[in-house]
Amino acid sequence: MRIDDADRRLLAALEDGLPLVPQPYATVAQGLGLSEADVLARLHRLRSEGIISRFGLVVRHHELGYRANAMAVWNVPDGQVDDIGRRLSGYDFVTLCYRRPRRLPLWPYNLFCMVHGRDRDTVREQIARLNTEQHLDTHPHDVLFSRRRFKQRGARYSMRGAA
Amino acid sequence: MEPDQVKHHVLNDYQRDFPLESRPFARIADELGVREEDVLALLTDLQAGGVVSRIGAVIRPNTVGASTLAAMAVPAERLEAVAALVNARPEVNHNYEREHTLNLWFVVAAADQAAVRATLDSLAAETGLPVVDLPLQTAYHIDLGFDLSCA
Repeated sequence: MRIDDADRRLLAALEDGLPLVPQPYATVAQGLGLSEADVLARLHRLRSEGIISRFGLVVRHHELGYRANAMAVWNVPDGQVDDIGRRLSGYDFVTLCYRRPRRLPLWPYNLFCMVHGRDRDTVREQIARLNTEQHLDTHPHDVLFSRRRFKQRGARYSMRGAA
Repeated sequence: MEPDQVKHHVLNDYQRDFPLESRPFARIADELGVREEDVLALLTDLQAGGVVSRIGAVIRPNTVGASTLAAMAVPAERLEAVAALVNARPEVNHNYEREHTLNLWFVVAAADQAAVRATLDSLAAETGLPVVDLPLQTAYHIDLGFDLSCA
């Protein structure tokens, strides 16, 4: 997977989103000194190579009525984490599933899933299903509901305009 | 198609494969049997209302730039002040209070690992609180959008 300087500038230009005008790629291209065709070709390539995992609407769960979200975490043996992680990611209500390091003694968990639902009970039921169906109850686990959202926006890898 | 159905399809069907062609909103309009200006007006409303945060690229982790998930155990009486310090960093894109001893969770993204590390170090110095760094090691399920009918 190769990314050149123009790709980087294009991804940076898109961090705030596509302009809502009839020919948005032409507008983006103009700002970068590229042609519309070049911008489209680059986005096709980045998407087909998987550098862009998806291109499209980024929605906010809370505003859509999915008011509860929890980070479900488990401490599973290192030798099993890949297998369990792949199985958990097959559930449609699991929106992200990652392995991360433990940081003892504060943080003993190495497997993370994000689960969104209309309310907390729904989310609790979904996580209970994961525990039951995937036999995870014997592993130490926890559920961290979100209480307040202080900030939510896209990543800015380019740090344009950063102080 | 009823306006509510149009809205549902716009929100649900274009999270992954948004048209990469000169007039994407005209393409969506064609597919839904409405006019290009209707799609643009709807998306403008959805974006103004915060339901859609943007139309753009979600980058696969660790391909462009660097990022991590960070957590802090903040005393309750300092939580809002510390959250505001964290929010003020341009490198921070998500920041939530969660119900745990580690009660502040945020995502830091920057051009490279060193810049991510520097942000964590400077937040630790500024607050006098440890910042737990939990970088992604393996992604089993990356962000492929959110199915509105699933939950």
